[in-house]
Amino acid sequence: MADGRKALEPGDINALMAAVAERQDVDAYQLLYKHFVPKVRAYMSKIGSDRAFADEMAQEAMLTVWRKARLFDPGRGQASTWIYTIARNVRIDALRRGPRPTFDPNDPAFVPEDELGADVAFERQQDADRLRVAMASLKPDEIKTLRLSFFEDMAHPAIAAALDIPIGTVKSRIRNACLKLRAILKDA
Amino acid sequence: MSEAARNTQGRVTVLHHLSDELLMSYAAGTLSEGWSIGVATHMSFCPVCRQRLSEFESIGGHFLECEEVEGDETSGWEEIQKRLDVPSSNVTDIAVRSDALMPQPLFSYVEAAGGLRWRSLGSGASQMKVPTSDPSTIVRLLKIPAGKPVPEHGHSGREVTLVLAGSFGDSVSVFNRGDVELADDDLTHQPKATPEEDCICLAITEAPLRFTSRIVRFLQPFLGI
Ligand SMILES: [Zn+2]
Repeated sequence: MADGRKALEPGDINALMAAVAERQDVDAYQLLYKHFVPKVRAYMSKIGSDRAFADEMAQEAMLTVWRKARLFDPGRGQASTWIYTIARNVRIDALRRGPRPTFDPNDPAFVPEDELGADVAFERQQDADRLRVAMASLKPDEIKTLRLSFFEDMAHPAIAAALDIPIGTVKSRIRNACLKLRAILKDA
Repeated sequence: MSEAARNTQGRVTVLHHLSDELLMSYAAGTLSEGWSIGVATHMSFCPVCRQRLSEFESIGGHFLECEEVEGDETSGWEEIQKRLDVPSSNVTDIAVRSDALMPQPLFSYVEAAGGLRWRSLGSGASQMKVPTSDPSTIVRLLKIPAGKPVPEHGHSGREVTLVLAGSFGDSVSVFNRGDVELADDDLTHQPKATPEEDCICLAITEAPLRFTSRIVRFLQPFLGI
Protein backbone atom coordinates (compact mmCIF):
# COMPACT_ATOMS: atom_id res chain seq x y z
CA MET A 1 0.00 0.00 0.00
CA ALA A 2 1.07 3.53 -0.68
CA ASP A 3 1.53 4.52 2.96
CA GLY A 4 3.63 1.45 3.72
CA ARG A 5 1.17 -0.11 6.13
CA LYS A 6 0.93 -3.84 5.94
CA ALA A 7 -1.99 -4.83 3.75
CA LEU A 8 -4.64 -6.95 5.38
CA GLU A 9 -4.58 -10.62 4.46
CA PRO A 10 -7.84 -12.51 3.77
CA GLY A 11 -7.48 -14.28 7.12
CA ASP A 12 -7.13 -10.92 8.94
CA ILE A 13 -10.15 -9.56 7.10
CA ASN A 14 -12.29 -12.52 8.14
CA ALA A 15 -11.17 -12.28 11.77
CA LEU A 16 -11.88 -8.54 11.87
CA MET A 17 -15.28 -9.02 10.28
CA ALA A 18 -16.08 -11.79 12.79
CA ALA A 19 -15.15 -9.41 15.63
CA VAL A 20 -17.57 -6.83 14.26
CA ALA A 21 -20.25 -9.50 13.80
CA GLU A 22 -19.91 -11.01 17.26
CA ARG A 23 -19.21 -8.02 19.52
CA GLN A 24 -19.59 -4.82 17.47
CA ASP A 25 -15.83 -4.22 17.75
CA VAL A 26 -15.32 -0.62 16.60
CA ASP A 27 -11.52 -0.92 16.32
CA ALA A 28 -11.86 -3.95 14.05
CA TYR A 29 -14.45 -2.10 12.03
CA GLN A 30 -12.13 0.90 11.65
CA LEU A 31 -9.40 -1.31 10.15
CA LEU A 32 -11.91 -2.83 7.75
CA TYR A 33 -13.24 0.59 6.88
CA LYS A 34 -9.79 1.95 6.02
CA HIS A 35 -9.00 -1.12 3.98
CA PHE A 36 -12.25 -1.27 2.03
CA VAL A 37 -13.60 2.24 1.68
CA PRO A 38 -11.21 3.27 -1.15
CA LYS A 39 -11.95 0.02 -2.99
CA VAL A 40 -15.70 0.37 -2.55
CA ARG A 41 -15.47 4.00 -3.65
CA ALA A 42 -13.64 2.90 -6.81
CA TYR A 43 -16.38 0.31 -7.39
CA MET A 44 -19.08 2.96 -6.98
CA SER A 45 -17.29 5.44 -9.24
CA LYS A 46 -17.87 3.10 -12.22
CA ILE A 47 -21.53 4.06 -12.41
CA GLY A 48 -21.11 7.82 -12.30
CA SER A 49 -18.39 10.38 -12.73
CA ASP A 50 -19.45 12.41 -9.72
CA ARG A 51 -16.91 12.00 -6.91
CA ALA A 52 -19.38 13.11 -4.22
CA PHE A 53 -21.85 10.48 -5.39
CA ALA A 54 -19.22 7.71 -5.21
CA ASP A 55 -18.26 8.93 -1.72
CA GLU A 56 -21.83 8.84 -0.58
CA MET A 57 -22.50 5.37 -2.01
CA ALA A 58 -19.28 4.03 -0.44
CA GLN A 59 -20.29 5.44 2.96
CA GLU A 60 -23.73 3.91 2.55
CA ALA A 61 -22.25 0.50 1.74
CA MET A 62 -19.77 0.62 4.62
CA LEU A 63 -22.48 1.65 7.05
CA THR A 64 -24.57 -1.29 5.84
CA VAL A 65 -21.58 -3.56 6.54
CA TRP A 66 -21.68 -2.33 10.15
CA ARG A 67 -25.42 -2.58 10.52
CA LYS A 68 -25.78 -6.02 8.98
CA ALA A 69 -22.58 -7.43 10.46
CA ARG A 70 -24.61 -9.87 12.55
CA LEU A 71 -25.57 -11.65 9.32
CA PHE A 72 -21.94 -12.35 8.39
CA ASP A 73 -21.02 -15.97 9.06
CA PRO A 74 -17.26 -16.60 8.84
CA GLY A 75 -17.91 -20.33 8.34
CA ARG A 76 -19.88 -19.58 5.19
CA GLY A 77 -17.53 -17.50 3.14
CA GLN A 78 -15.01 -14.74 2.80
CA ALA A 79 -15.61 -11.30 4.29
CA SER A 80 -14.43 -9.65 1.07
CA THR A 81 -17.14 -11.55 -0.85
CA TRP A 82 -19.76 -10.55 1.69
CA ILE A 83 -18.71 -6.89 1.51
CA TYR A 84 -18.76 -7.10 -2.29
CA THR A 85 -22.39 -8.30 -2.24
CA ILE A 86 -23.39 -5.42 0.04
CA ALA A 87 -21.65 -2.88 -2.20
CA ARG A 88 -23.24 -4.49 -5.28
CA ASN A 89 -26.72 -4.23 -3.76
CA VAL A 90 -26.20 -0.58 -2.84
CA ARG A 91 -25.01 0.08 -6.39
CA ILE A 92 -27.99 -1.69 -7.97
CA ASP A 93 -30.35 0.31 -5.77
CA ALA A 94 -28.55 3.52 -6.77
CA LEU A 95 -29.00 2.68 -10.45
CA ARG A 96 -32.77 2.53 -9.89
CA ARG A 97 -33.28 -0.25 -12.36
CA GLY A 98 -36.22 -1.47 -10.34
CA PRO A 99 -36.29 -3.95 -7.49
CA ARG A 100 -33.57 -6.53 -7.04
CA PRO A 101 -35.36 -9.90 -6.80
CA THR A 102 -33.78 -12.19 -4.21
CA PHE A 103 -34.53 -15.45 -2.46
CA ASP A 104 -35.01 -15.32 1.28
CA PRO A 105 -33.89 -18.04 3.72
CA ASN A 106 -36.84 -17.07 5.97
CA ASP A 107 -39.28 -17.99 3.21
CA PRO A 108 -41.28 -21.05 4.36
CA ALA A 109 -40.96 -22.49 0.82
CA PHE A 110 -37.17 -22.09 0.85
CA VAL A 111 -35.37 -25.43 0.38
CA PRO A 112 -32.44 -25.45 2.82
CA GLU A 113 -29.14 -27.09 2.06
CA ASP A 114 -28.21 -30.30 3.76
CA GLU A 115 -25.93 -29.99 6.75
CA LEU A 116 -22.45 -29.19 5.55
CA GLY A 117 -19.71 -31.53 6.64
CA ALA A 118 -16.75 -30.10 8.57
CA ASP A 119 -14.53 -30.62 5.52
CA VAL A 120 -16.75 -28.35 3.43
CA ALA A 121 -16.51 -25.62 6.08
CA PHE A 122 -12.73 -26.10 6.10
CA GLU A 123 -12.58 -25.90 2.32
CA ARG A 124 -14.36 -22.58 2.39
CA GLN A 125 -11.65 -21.16 4.63
CA GLN A 126 -9.20 -21.89 1.83
CA ASP A 127 -11.39 -20.44 -0.88
CA ALA A 128 -9.78 -17.02 -1.13
CA ASP A 129 -6.28 -18.41 -1.61
CA ARG A 130 -7.48 -20.96 -4.13
CA LEU A 131 -9.46 -18.37 -6.03
CA ARG A 132 -6.40 -16.14 -6.23
CA VAL A 133 -4.39 -19.00 -7.70
CA ALA A 134 -7.22 -19.85 -10.09
CA MET A 135 -7.64 -16.24 -11.24
CA ALA A 136 -3.92 -16.02 -11.89
CA SER A 137 -4.24 -18.90 -14.35
CA LEU A 138 -6.68 -17.01 -16.59
CA LYS A 139 -5.60 -15.25 -19.75
CA PRO A 140 -5.46 -11.43 -19.54
CA ASP A 141 -8.37 -11.22 -22.00
CA GLU A 142 -10.49 -13.46 -19.82
CA ILE A 143 -9.70 -11.48 -16.67
CA LYS A 144 -10.46 -8.22 -18.45
CA THR A 145 -13.82 -9.57 -19.60
CA LEU A 146 -14.76 -10.81 -16.13
CA ARG A 147 -13.68 -7.54 -14.57
CA LEU A 148 -15.84 -5.50 -16.94
CA SER A 149 -18.76 -7.65 -15.91
CA PHE A 150 -18.19 -7.61 -12.15
CA PHE A 151 -16.66 -4.21 -11.62
CA GLU A 152 -17.76 -1.93 -14.43
CA ASP A 153 -21.43 -2.86 -14.45
CA MET A 154 -21.39 -4.02 -18.05
CA ALA A 155 -23.79 -6.58 -19.48
CA HIS A 156 -22.41 -8.76 -22.28
CA PRO A 157 -23.43 -6.50 -25.21
CA ALA A 158 -21.75 -3.53 -23.48
CA ILE A 159 -18.57 -5.57 -22.97
CA ALA A 160 -18.59 -6.55 -26.64
CA ALA A 161 -18.88 -2.87 -27.61
CA ALA A 162 -16.21 -1.72 -25.15
CA LEU A 163 -13.67 -4.31 -26.33
CA ASP A 164 -14.81 -4.13 -29.95
CA ILE A 165 -15.30 -7.89 -30.17
CA PRO A 166 -18.34 -9.98 -31.14
CA ILE A 167 -20.72 -10.94 -28.34
CA GLY A 168 -19.97 -14.58 -29.10
CA THR A 169 -16.35 -13.92 -28.11
CA VAL A 170 -17.48 -12.35 -24.83
CA LYS A 171 -19.53 -15.43 -24.09
CA SER A 172 -16.81 -17.88 -25.01
CA ARG A 173 -14.24 -16.02 -22.90
CA ILE A 174 -16.57 -16.17 -19.94
CA ARG A 175 -17.32 -19.83 -20.59
CA ASN A 176 -13.61 -20.67 -20.79
CA ALA A 177 -12.87 -18.70 -17.65
CA CYS A 178 -15.62 -20.57 -15.78
CA LEU A 179 -14.30 -23.94 -16.94
CA LYS A 180 -10.76 -23.11 -15.84
CA LEU A 181 -11.81 -21.67 -12.50
CA ARG A 182 -14.02 -24.64 -11.76
CA ALA A 183 -11.31 -27.14 -12.71
CA ILE A 184 -8.80 -25.47 -10.41
CA LEU A 185 -11.19 -24.87 -7.53
CA LYS A 186 -12.43 -28.46 -7.65
CA ASP A 187 -9.11 -30.24 -7.42
CA ALA A 188 -7.04 -27.74 -5.50
CA MET B 1 -48.36 -22.96 6.69
CA SER B 2 -44.63 -23.25 6.38
CA GLU B 3 -44.33 -26.86 7.45
CA ALA B 4 -47.55 -27.77 5.65
CA ALA B 5 -46.18 -26.27 2.45
CA ARG B 6 -43.03 -28.28 2.71
CA ASN B 7 -44.84 -31.47 3.57
CA THR B 8 -47.43 -31.36 0.81
CA GLN B 9 -44.79 -30.58 -1.77
CA GLY B 10 -42.40 -33.18 -0.49
CA ARG B 11 -38.75 -32.81 -1.19
CA VAL B 12 -37.76 -30.81 -4.25
CA THR B 13 -34.82 -32.34 -6.04
CA VAL B 14 -33.67 -30.16 -8.86
CA LEU B 15 -32.11 -31.80 -11.89
CA HIS B 16 -32.03 -28.90 -14.38
CA HIS B 17 -30.07 -25.89 -13.22
CA LEU B 18 -29.26 -22.31 -14.17
CA SER B 19 -26.49 -21.57 -16.66
CA ASP B 20 -23.17 -20.03 -15.64
CA GLU B 21 -24.08 -17.03 -17.75
CA LEU B 22 -27.29 -16.30 -15.83
CA LEU B 23 -25.73 -16.92 -12.43
CA MET B 24 -22.69 -14.83 -13.22
CA SER B 25 -24.73 -11.85 -14.42
CA TYR B 26 -26.91 -12.13 -11.34
CA ALA B 27 -23.78 -12.21 -9.14
CA ALA B 28 -22.35 -9.19 -10.96
CA GLY B 29 -25.59 -7.27 -10.58
CA THR B 30 -26.08 -6.81 -14.32
CA LEU B 31 -29.02 -9.17 -14.87
CA SER B 32 -32.26 -7.27 -15.38
CA GLU B 33 -35.23 -7.62 -13.06
CA GLY B 34 -37.30 -10.00 -15.20
CA TRP B 35 -34.59 -12.67 -15.56
CA SER B 36 -33.60 -12.14 -11.95
CA ILE B 37 -37.08 -13.16 -10.79
CA GLY B 38 -36.61 -16.56 -12.47
CA VAL B 39 -33.02 -16.94 -11.28
CA ALA B 40 -33.83 -16.04 -7.67
CA THR B 41 -36.99 -18.16 -7.54
CA HIS B 42 -35.06 -21.18 -8.85
CA MET B 43 -32.48 -20.59 -6.12
CA SER B 44 -35.22 -20.76 -3.46
CA PHE B 45 -35.55 -24.39 -4.58
CA CYS B 46 -31.91 -25.09 -5.22
CA PRO B 47 -29.01 -25.21 -2.74
CA VAL B 48 -26.70 -26.25 -5.61
CA CYS B 49 -27.19 -23.03 -7.55
CA ARG B 50 -26.95 -20.98 -4.34
CA GLN B 51 -23.53 -22.51 -3.77
CA ARG B 52 -22.54 -21.72 -7.38
CA LEU B 53 -23.81 -18.17 -6.87
CA SER B 54 -21.53 -17.68 -3.89
CA GLU B 55 -18.62 -18.91 -5.98
CA PHE B 56 -19.39 -16.29 -8.62
CA GLU B 57 -19.81 -13.64 -5.93
CA SER B 58 -16.37 -14.52 -4.64
CA ILE B 59 -15.01 -13.44 -8.06
CA GLY B 60 -16.60 -10.05 -7.33
CA GLY B 61 -14.97 -10.11 -3.88
CA HIS B 62 -11.66 -10.91 -5.55
CA PHE B 63 -11.90 -7.91 -7.90
CA LEU B 64 -12.86 -5.65 -4.99
CA GLU B 65 -9.89 -6.94 -3.02
CA CYS B 66 -7.54 -6.46 -6.01
CA GLU B 67 -8.59 -2.87 -6.60
CA GLU B 68 -5.42 -0.80 -6.27
CA VAL B 69 -5.92 2.49 -4.55
CA GLU B 70 -3.47 5.35 -4.50
CA GLY B 71 -2.80 7.87 -1.77
CA ASP B 72 -4.79 8.42 1.38
CA GLU B 73 -8.31 7.70 0.30
CA THR B 74 -9.64 6.77 3.71
CA SER B 75 -11.42 10.01 4.44
CA GLY B 76 -14.89 9.87 5.88
CA TRP B 77 -14.05 7.91 9.03
CA GLU B 78 -14.94 10.80 11.37
CA GLU B 79 -18.35 11.16 9.75
CA ILE B 80 -19.17 7.47 9.67
CA GLN B 81 -17.96 6.98 13.24
CA LYS B 82 -20.78 9.24 14.41
CA ARG B 83 -23.30 7.05 12.63
CA LEU B 84 -22.21 3.77 14.19
CA ASP B 85 -25.33 3.13 16.20
CA VAL B 86 -25.86 -0.14 18.00
CA PRO B 87 -26.06 -2.36 14.95
CA SER B 88 -28.37 -5.04 13.82
CA SER B 89 -31.08 -4.69 16.47
CA ASN B 90 -33.46 -4.00 13.61
CA VAL B 91 -31.98 -6.63 11.29
CA THR B 92 -34.36 -9.14 12.76
CA ASP B 93 -35.95 -11.93 10.82
CA ILE B 94 -38.96 -10.38 9.21
CA ALA B 95 -41.78 -12.83 8.60
CA VAL B 96 -41.70 -13.78 4.94
CA ARG B 97 -44.73 -15.19 3.22
CA SER B 98 -45.13 -17.59 0.35
CA ASP B 99 -47.47 -20.41 -0.53
CA ALA B 100 -47.16 -24.04 -1.51
CA LEU B 101 -46.93 -23.08 -5.19
CA MET B 102 -44.68 -20.05 -5.29
CA PRO B 103 -41.57 -19.30 -3.24
CA GLN B 104 -40.02 -15.86 -3.03
CA PRO B 105 -39.41 -13.61 -4.84
CA LEU B 106 -42.14 -14.72 -7.26
CA PHE B 107 -44.78 -14.85 -4.51
CA SER B 108 -44.35 -11.13 -3.72
CA TYR B 109 -44.72 -10.17 -7.36
CA VAL B 110 -47.94 -12.13 -7.79
CA GLU B 111 -49.27 -10.86 -4.47
CA ALA B 112 -48.52 -7.27 -5.50
CA ALA B 113 -50.52 -7.91 -8.68
CA GLY B 114 -53.53 -8.93 -6.60
CA GLY B 115 -52.93 -12.67 -6.49
CA LEU B 116 -53.24 -15.38 -9.11
CA ARG B 117 -55.62 -14.47 -11.93
CA TRP B 118 -55.63 -16.78 -14.92
CA ARG B 119 -56.66 -15.71 -18.40
CA SER B 120 -57.51 -18.31 -20.93
CA LEU B 121 -55.24 -18.69 -23.94
CA GLY B 122 -57.72 -21.01 -25.60
CA SER B 123 -56.97 -24.70 -26.04
CA GLY B 124 -57.30 -25.13 -22.28
CA ALA B 125 -54.07 -23.35 -21.35
CA SER B 126 -54.08 -20.10 -19.40
CA GLN B 127 -51.62 -17.46 -18.39
CA MET B 128 -51.08 -14.58 -16.04
CA LYS B 129 -48.70 -11.77 -16.87
CA VAL B 130 -46.59 -10.82 -13.85
CA PRO B 131 -46.02 -7.06 -13.76
CA THR B 132 -42.42 -5.88 -13.30
CA SER B 133 -40.58 -2.63 -13.93
CA ASP B 134 -38.31 -4.29 -16.48
CA PRO B 135 -39.33 -3.38 -20.05
CA SER B 136 -36.79 -5.76 -21.60
CA THR B 137 -38.58 -8.94 -20.51
CA ILE B 138 -42.04 -10.45 -20.26
CA VAL B 139 -42.69 -12.46 -17.12
CA ARG B 140 -45.72 -14.73 -17.03
CA LEU B 141 -47.19 -17.76 -15.35
CA LEU B 142 -48.50 -20.51 -17.60
CA LYS B 143 -50.95 -23.25 -16.69
CA ILE B 144 -50.98 -26.15 -19.11
CA PRO B 145 -53.61 -28.91 -18.79
CA ALA B 146 -52.23 -32.38 -18.15
CA GLY B 147 -51.00 -33.98 -21.35
CA LYS B 148 -51.38 -30.82 -23.46
CA PRO B 149 -48.56 -29.05 -25.32
CA VAL B 150 -46.93 -25.99 -23.77
CA PRO B 151 -48.25 -23.05 -25.80
CA GLU B 152 -45.81 -21.04 -27.88
CA HIS B 153 -45.08 -18.03 -25.65
CA GLY B 154 -41.85 -16.55 -26.86
CA HIS B 155 -41.01 -14.97 -30.18
CA SER B 156 -37.34 -15.56 -30.38
CA GLY B 157 -34.35 -15.07 -28.20
CA ARG B 158 -33.64 -16.18 -24.71
CA GLU B 159 -36.23 -17.96 -22.63
CA VAL B 160 -36.21 -19.20 -19.04
CA THR B 161 -38.95 -21.57 -17.85
CA LEU B 162 -39.21 -22.67 -14.23
CA VAL B 163 -41.61 -25.46 -13.23
CA LEU B 164 -43.73 -24.73 -10.15
CA ALA B 165 -46.20 -27.63 -10.24
CA GLY B 166 -46.66 -30.77 -12.30
CA SER B 167 -44.08 -31.34 -14.99
CA PHE B 168 -43.47 -31.00 -18.69
CA GLY B 169 -41.12 -32.65 -21.07
CA ASP B 170 -40.37 -34.16 -24.43
CA SER B 171 -38.80 -37.42 -25.49
CA VAL B 172 -35.41 -36.26 -24.19
CA SER B 173 -35.99 -34.77 -20.76
CA VAL B 174 -38.62 -34.12 -18.12
CA PHE B 175 -38.78 -30.97 -16.03
CA ASN B 176 -40.27 -31.17 -12.55
CA ARG B 177 -40.94 -28.66 -9.78
CA GLY B 178 -37.86 -26.49 -9.29
CA ASP B 179 -36.29 -27.44 -12.64
CA VAL B 180 -35.42 -24.70 -15.07
CA GLU B 181 -35.38 -25.03 -18.85
CA LEU B 182 -33.16 -22.59 -20.73
CA ALA B 183 -33.72 -21.99 -24.40
CA ASP B 184 -32.62 -19.66 -27.16
CA ASP B 185 -33.77 -19.08 -30.73
CA ASP B 186 -32.46 -22.27 -32.24
CA LEU B 187 -34.64 -24.45 -30.02
CA THR B 188 -37.67 -25.64 -31.94
CA HIS B 189 -39.23 -28.37 -29.88
CA GLN B 190 -42.64 -28.25 -28.28
CA PRO B 191 -42.79 -29.99 -24.91
CA LYS B 192 -46.00 -31.29 -23.34
CA ALA B 193 -47.32 -31.28 -19.80
CA THR B 194 -47.04 -34.80 -18.44
CA PRO B 195 -50.38 -36.65 -18.25
CA GLU B 196 -50.63 -36.95 -14.43
CA GLU B 197 -51.51 -33.36 -13.53
CA ASP B 198 -51.71 -29.79 -14.80
CA CYS B 199 -48.37 -28.05 -15.13
CA ILE B 200 -47.79 -24.54 -13.82
CA CYS B 201 -44.61 -22.75 -14.76
CA LEU B 202 -42.99 -19.36 -14.70
CA ALA B 203 -41.80 -18.26 -18.14
CA ILE B 204 -39.54 -15.30 -18.83
CA THR B 205 -38.93 -14.18 -22.39
CA GLU B 206 -37.39 -11.24 -24.16
CA ALA B 207 -39.89 -8.48 -24.78
CA PRO B 208 -40.53 -8.03 -28.50
CA LEU B 209 -38.70 -4.98 -29.83
CA ARG B 210 -41.75 -3.13 -31.03
CA PHE B 211 -40.46 -0.15 -32.97
CA THR B 212 -36.96 -1.17 -33.87
CA SER B 213 -38.05 -4.51 -35.18
CA ARG B 214 -40.52 -2.89 -37.54
CA ILE B 215 -37.85 -0.52 -38.80
CA VAL B 216 -35.42 -3.37 -39.24
CA ARG B 217 -38.07 -5.37 -41.07
CA PHE B 218 -38.72 -2.42 -43.33
CA LEU B 219 -35.03 -1.99 -44.02
CA GLN B 220 -34.24 -5.66 -44.38
CA PRO B 221 -34.62 -5.80 -48.20
CA PHE B 222 -32.30 -2.81 -48.54
CA LEU B 223 -29.71 -3.93 -46.05
CA GLY B 224 -29.68 -7.47 -47.30
CA ILE B 225 -29.93 -8.93 -43.79
ZN1 LIG C 1 -30.08 -25.13 -9.52
